[in-house]
Amino acid sequence: MLEITGLVAGYDRTTVLHGVSLTVPEDGVATVLGHNGAGKSTLLRAAVGLIRPRSGTVILDGEDITRLPAHRRARRGIAYVPQGQQSFPQLTTMENLRLIADGRRDGRAALDEALDLFPALREVTTRPAGLLSGGQRQQLALARALMTRPRLLLLDEPTEGIQPSVVREIQTTILDLSGRGGLSVLLVEQHVGFALRAAQRYYVLEAGRITSSGPGTADAEAAVREALRV
Amino acid sequence: MTVILSQSFTGVSIGAVLLLIALGLSLTFGQMGVINMAHGEFIMAGAYTVYLLQGPIGSAGVSLLVALPVAFAVAGAMGAALEWLLIRRLYARPLDTLLVTWGVSLMLQQLARDLFGAPNVHTGTPSWLSGRITLIGGDDPLTLAHGRLFILGLALAAVVALTLTLRLTPLGRRIRAVVQHRDLAEASGIATARVDRVTFVLGSGLAGLAGVALTLVGPIGPTMGTNVIIDAFLVVVVGGIGQLRGAVIAAFALGVLQAVMEYSTTVSVARVTVLVAIVAFLQWRPQGIHTLRTRSLA
Repeated sequence: MLEITGLVAGYDRTTVLHGVSLTVPEDGVATVLGHNGAGKSTLLRAAVGLIRPRSGTVILDGEDITRLPAHRRARRGIAYVPQGQQSFPQLTTMENLRLIADGRRDGRAALDEALDLFPALREVTTRPAGLLSGGQRQQLALARALMTRPRLLLLDEPTEGIQPSVVREIQTTILDLSGRGGLSVLLVEQHVGFALRAAQRYYVLEAGRITSSGPGTADAEAAVREALRV
Repeated sequence: MTVILSQSFTGVSIGAVLLLIALGLSLTFGQMGVINMAHGEFIMAGAYTVYLLQGPIGSAGVSLLVALPVAFAVAGAMGAALEWLLIRRLYARPLDTLLVTWGVSLMLQQLARDLFGAPNVHTGTPSWLSGRITLIGGDDPLTLAHGRLFILGLALAAVVALTLTLRLTPLGRRIRAVVQHRDLAEASGIATARVDRVTFVLGSGLAGLAGVALTLVGPIGPTMGTNVIIDAFLVVVVGGIGQLRGAVIAAFALGVLQAVMEYSTTVSVARVTVLVAIVAFLQWRPQGIHTLRTRSLA
């Protein structure tokens, strides 16, 4: 589904990723685990097209998209939920959603589906997104991403910094979505247990290099925890 | 008593002119962060549009109305060319943008001298704008000039149209989204480079409208843009960058202050007072009149 090969990328003069390769299985979940600063977010930003890799390729369904700008990747079915519950802070919840619906023929239906999936958002449609709680903002971010009817969802630490009562809810949603078919997920996570429960394949990223990988089974947890030990 | 009223009206009409010249900048500078020194020359282009149309059309009244959309298109097209040729390569470099657009500004001024001559040119005032409305008659009359009322109406119409566009249309949502979070907009499938261009064209087009309005209150000349551009930047900065509401308040506040000071002192003293007031205000509130409220740091 998504194949990243030999990716070298960074910002200005620093190189963050030194030749990363990974595969997201069709209709499956791959997870990238690693410490802060390992390059997990940079990897997702390169996959979505927000930074241009120095070398390496990004292939989506057999097609080389390495040079495609981010907005055109979005139209090919890549949706991105960045770290930290980001939104358009001065747009209301409804405006955040309509922004995505505007450009789409099925926009109205997609908007209704998003609100059905996250009914909590119905209560806050007129509130600026910047004034929502972390959990609400993450639901809004997921809703925006799903409205584009993606084939590939890139999630950057979706439960980080969210109140514990909402974490479970968001995890359940992610498991539901990935089990639905037609959607592949690349999940960057700190919660090893949840990540391995969701994923068919895991990758451990350390200092910009994949240091271990394998199928996401229960046995993998001990190996991953060992690999991540400081 | 009527003196106070008539001075307030003068202030409001100065404010309306300030608002019109600042409105386009509130988009290109306020929303996009581009310091476009050639904005004043887009205003000039709008004014010369009135001058050029008056010849073939004849009637000053008709040509002024025709000039409104034409000037918007002319200045908008100049903005599109400037954005495409230069500014889009310099979005991350505000100081370079300032220098480059200053150079463009000087070239456009010289172009105007070559085309229309260095001296100012004049346009006829339409008959329906040359009169005055008498609100209070008698020995101490209060009258309002039609031309000033027209500018006030035009400024308010432009603010309302721009506000509605930003608030209610898909384009407006896209413009605001790109300003607030460019990467997220791009990753959400919005062609941010195209939104930048459209925003810049809108802001430049508004400069064209301001140019049309300025022909009613002063002469048309190659340096008319330079004379007003600083005031326009001041209005946007005092209003709070990126805040349309702040720019409206700032324009009328500065206009009224200017008028009141001009009445009680002289034009120069009034000017100095206004500038000192701005400096003092920005010391106290560097972010301008209007501030954002948001819980997230982003």
